[in-house]
Amino acid sequence: MKAFRILGRNIRDSFKSVFRNFSLSIASISCITITLIVVAISVILSVNVTNFTKIVERDVTIVAFLDVDITEEERQKVYEKIIALDNVEISNVEYIDKMDISKEMMSSSDVFKSIMSEWTREESPIQDTYQVKVTDINLINKTADEIKKIQNVDVVKYGEGMVEQLVSIFDVIRKATFIVVIALVIVTAFLIANTIKITIMSRKREIQIMRLVGASNINIKIPFIFEGLILGMFGAIIPIVVTLYGYTALYDHFGGQLFTNFIKLVEPTPFIYFTSIGLLLIGMIVGMFGSARAVRKYLKI
Amino acid sequence: MDLIRIKDVKKTYKTGTTAIYDLDLTIKKGEFVFIIGATGCGKSTLIKMLYREEKPSSGKILVGGLDVGKIKNRKVYKLRRKIGVVFQNYQLLPNATAYENVAFALEVLGMPKDEIHSKVMKVLDLVGLKSKAKQYPRHLSGGEQQRVAIARAIVNGPKILICDEPTGNLDPKTSMEIMEVLEAINELGTTIIMVTHDIDIVNKMKKRVVKLDSGRVVKDYKEGEYNNESI
Repeated sequence: MKAFRILGRNIRDSFKSVFRNFSLSIASISCITITLIVVAISVILSVNVTNFTKIVERDVTIVAFLDVDITEEERQKVYEKIIALDNVEISNVEYIDKMDISKEMMSSSDVFKSIMSEWTREESPIQDTYQVKVTDINLINKTADEIKKIQNVDVVKYGEGMVEQLVSIFDVIRKATFIVVIALVIVTAFLIANTIKITIMSRKREIQIMRLVGASNINIKIPFIFEGLILGMFGAIIPIVVTLYGYTALYDHFGGQLFTNFIKLVEPTPFIYFTSIGLLLIGMIVGMFGSARAVRKYLKI
Repeated sequence: MDLIRIKDVKKTYKTGTTAIYDLDLTIKKGEFVFIIGATGCGKSTLIKMLYREEKPSSGKILVGGLDVGKIKNRKVYKLRRKIGVVFQNYQLLPNATAYENVAFALEVLGMPKDEIHSKVMKVLDLVGLKSKAKQYPRHLSGGEQQRVAIARAIVNGPKILICDEPTGNLDPKTSMEIMEVLEAINELGTTIIMVTHDIDIVNKMKKRVVKLDSGRVVKDYKEGEYNNESI
């Protein structure tokens, strides 16, 4: 009962003091707001780049061309060997029959149609293929080599060179944005901690009086920690609004893709909600720790 | 019964200055003790050690059975709840009314509201400020602010009231009014230790007087013994 009463008083006092020290609260809140907006933007960028690279990686396919005179039995063996590979999952291997390929080609052009319509299965120079998607794009080179070695596999194509370059560039971008986001969160933490420190410095006297009248350290800290939490929450409001409405507007404006339909943006829901919750948590946690650290200085002696 | 026992206490600051040398002093329950001495004689250091604002470098200080030097930083509040402290500059919260300033000391203890109300009003009555409970410190005179500070210091019924030059900023008439309040509190059983420069007050009050010089007790006058000597 007593503990609840003290806690209740602490929460009430925290709200009071946010408004009592209005100008300093505004300073802290603006600082949190600005840094969180930057964090939000970097998160949005980072997630989109990651998403884009994932889409591209998902579309990279190894095409294994089989010998023209391959028997059904041999074809089955090739299939078994391919799915036995480490980097390949059974659901990612697709067999495309040469007759299907010629059908598709015939439908696309009359010239093809006139030539190909006469071919029987045995005559057709077109090869059956397996289209293989790998689990780990970084190992595509190795997997392609392994497929090449399988008997009755004629040629393997997967856009050598280009794919590797793309993969390594994406890797760099992904790592870079990740580091930027982490660095920003840390910078935010320090900025908020320092701003709150200034706020608390002006209330050194209050803390001393609290200590003097017999408030325990934890009792002194709690209102300040709550205050930090409240400041963090207020500071997160604008960044959250920016994320919720700004990103949705951006997404709608570009129609979900950037410049070409090759670069797809991440769908706003549920992405914006997760980001918003993340921003709120960062604001609150950083605000709390910032305050706790700043008060600690005055609780020594 | 000895409420405060100071034994062989020495205090050297980090700067190397020694403020207190081998000090021995005992104060009994219910006493009213003046601590006098020239500026820099160690008066303030001595009382700061009593409420653990400073730690003794060596020796032992027992306050109401608690070994002050050994209290951990986060346990200091336990000592502070047994001691009331009043300063020359009042140390009130400027944004809180007289009532709120006094109530603050009880709120941190988690006391229920109605109990706080009755205690605060009682103690404000004792210091003669019941009618100004809703005033902010800036609207009160120096003497009135000091009364609020005294009220705050005694509201939770401490055994000891430590006063660090409480009349330092006040005119002689107001000073005597404050002394009357302190005497009334002392008569209710609270031990009072007061540091002062004001020789008139010491002369008029006829209490025990401990004189310090260069960090040592040079004279300990029993009640009524001190007679118009210079500090």
